[in-house]
Amino acid sequence: MHDAGKVIPGIIIFVVFVTLPFWWNVGKAVPKVEVELPKEYTSCVEDKSFMIREHMKLLDNWRNEVVRNGYGVYVNSKGQTFHMKFQEGCMKCHSSKERFCDRCHNFVAVKPYCWNCHISPEEKKGWATKKSNVETFSKQPASHH
Amino acid sequence: MFEKALVGSKKYYALVFFLASLFLIGLICFIYQMKVGLGITGMSRDVSWGFYIAQFTYLVGIAASGVMVVLPYYLHNYKEYARLVIFGEFMAIAAVIMCILFILVDIGQTHRVMNVALHPTPNSVMFYDMIVLCGYLMLNIICGWTALSAMYKGTKYPKWVKPFIYLSIPWAFSIHTVTAFLYAGMPDRHLWLTAVMAPRFLASAFCSGPALLLILLYIVKTFTKFDPGEKAIKALAKTITYALIANLFLFGCELFTAFYSGIPAHQHSLIYLFAGLEGHNKLVPWMWTAYACMVIAAILLVIPQVRNNLQLLPFLCLLVVIGTWIDKGMGLVIGGFIPNPLHEITEYMPTLPEVMISVGIWALGFLIVTVLYKMVISVMESRRLI
Amino acid sequence: MGNKKIKRRNFLKAAGFASLAGAWAAATAGFLSGQRVKAQAVKPTPNSLVAGRWALVIDTRICAEHPECRDCIEACHKWHNVPRFPDKQHEIKWIWKTHFHNAFPYQSHEYDNEDVKKREVIVLCNHCEHPPCVRVCPTQATFKREDGIVMMDMHRCIGCRFCMGACPYGARSFNWLDPRPYIKEPNMAYPTRMKGVVEKCIFCFDKLHEGKLPVCVRACKYGALTFGDLADPHSKVNELLRKHFNIRRKVNLGTGPSVFYII
Repeated sequence: MHDAGKVIPGIIIFVVFVTLPFWWNVGKAVPKVEVELPKEYTSCVEDKSFMIREHMKLLDNWRNEVVRNGYGVYVNSKGQTFHMKFQEGCMKCHSSKERFCDRCHNFVAVKPYCWNCHISPEEKKGWATKKSNVETFSKQPASHH
Repeated sequence: MFEKALVGSKKYYALVFFLASLFLIGLICFIYQMKVGLGITGMSRDVSWGFYIAQFTYLVGIAASGVMVVLPYYLHNYKEYARLVIFGEFMAIAAVIMCILFILVDIGQTHRVMNVALHPTPNSVMFYDMIVLCGYLMLNIICGWTALSAMYKGTKYPKWVKPFIYLSIPWAFSIHTVTAFLYAGMPDRHLWLTAVMAPRFLASAFCSGPALLLILLYIVKTFTKFDPGEKAIKALAKTITYALIANLFLFGCELFTAFYSGIPAHQHSLIYLFAGLEGHNKLVPWMWTAYACMVIAAILLVIPQVRNNLQLLPFLCLLVVIGTWIDKGMGLVIGGFIPNPLHEITEYMPTLPEVMISVGIWALGFLIVTVLYKMVISVMESRRLI
Repeated sequence: MGNKKIKRRNFLKAAGFASLAGAWAAATAGFLSGQRVKAQAVKPTPNSLVAGRWALVIDTRICAEHPECRDCIEACHKWHNVPRFPDKQHEIKWIWKTHFHNAFPYQSHEYDNEDVKKREVIVLCNHCEHPPCVRVCPTQATFKREDGIVMMDMHRCIGCRFCMGACPYGARSFNWLDPRPYIKEPNMAYPTRMKGVVEKCIFCFDKLHEGKLPVCVRACKYGALTFGDLADPHSKVNELLRKHFNIRRKVNLGTGPSVFYII
């Protein structure tokens, strides 16, 4: 091989660099993510392990069924029925986005944009007090050319 | 071959640096647009497409026009174009990339753009637009790059490229036809709702594209040893002349239909563009400039002594480029939205960040052209072809 | 030179096979561990309102008696968190009032009777039988339901605004900016939209699921709006249409609007 003296150290440096996160964290305890579960309920629409693993697919499925296919009710694996609602469904039990959704999402660094449109329980409390510097303006006149 | 693009004169580096900085300014404006939203542009509820889509439309035409040198060379064996073909193809590559970027900066949810491929929708013209644009980009990369490699190696281009070259000819027509169908298929937008939309698009493309190509070749000729050849230039000038006249003729057809039939809906957008409607007349000076440029260029190009005057020709080409650019890159898209479906008038002018983003994309296009043309010239020099 | 080339080719082959094997292994692993979405059942909401083709009949004579009334508009915009932008250019509206000659251009003329001339009418999405917006949408973000409602899937919209150009009724609005700061009193039971998507009236499909009529219809205290099934000959809407002279917007375009105006 040409330039073995440069190529081999190069490969070694590359491998070390790529695996750096593993070396960095070796021997350290894995931080535990604790999400706050609703106190008054013991079960979700499906069992816990399914929800942890598949909640994003379930939610995606729900929104398609509601918005695109016109269904409103979900029948779970035990035959129980639930209204497929997010803001007015899921978040009624999981009454905090910050202490439930965000704790895990922040840890795994994902940023789902549900909350760009759906109003989180926190915002429900905060919106009214939020100062809006938006121009107030009265009834819009009928359009005229 | 790419190494040829890395070494050059001071002037070459200066041009690359200048274009790259313009692109960066555009990029900064685009980041601002991503943060705030398309509200930073001049577009509105009534004029929902603006400068970006108009540039896209114009550039699809530039991309398609590559065929005006490819077709005579490969189908009619017109040898004079032998050295021009690659320049035409490389200009098409840059134009298609600019088209794609103008679409990307125009859509509201940029990161969702792949939805067009994830949920293919054959009833939408935009679906076909995506296919033809990506296809045309691939075809030109394949044809242009193999031709350049062949030149580099001092051989003829490989046989397997032939089918791709032949395919690229109807494909070029298809990209601009599909783009015209984006507009011509909308009910109640009378400026666009016309069967001659696609022919008109092609006519304006086949005059503006070769005109831009000729200007670029003149610039290349000034700074390098490359000479496209008198015969090739004169032939290209003929193409420009015919296409420009066809473009003006088709516009005349539009005027006839609208004003002889006397149907108000057909007239309103045209009146808005050329005379102003109900006191709104922001585009009137632009439109008269556009048609003055095109008509003057057409008259002068028809006269053989003027057309064959190689000193004058680049200025006539400039008139063609300016005229067609205003006509298609401003008037056609914006005029179609005025008046709106409720017969109200909202005018439109691009904002500064909007213009800067557009300038950035144009700069990137010119950068791509610069680098690709530099490679061609260097390969030609190393092979002692010039 | 030649030797090197073959080596490269072999390398590429090997790399190709390796990635294929990797993809296969990943797929199999997923299959064996049972990590697939279980097929779950969904069903329609009980007592949801259903129809063959939903339609809205607007009695403009009743509206004309109450020129100041904007109840339907305000109720709709409040419920659906429609923002109010100070700048007309960014305006978002699902339902609004406009002059007769704006709603029906090329249909009104200078000899219209005085009453019609100054009449303001309510305009909104027409939920067309052959909607041009659906035809042009490249992602099926807007689509027609079986009951005739032209729906918007804001989750899928890429914001290309092709639908806005195609709609001959100007019924669609785009979120040029983040709408949230412009919603003064949000309805916490309904989502907002985000910047970069198109929105419009969706005939309150969610209210229909709950067995309720659309918000605008319920807000009208004068009974000017009638919502019902056009496919059912005995429905209230059909009864009204049989009895009274009515028009639709721009029928010459062949879109087949489902919103009717009694004049």
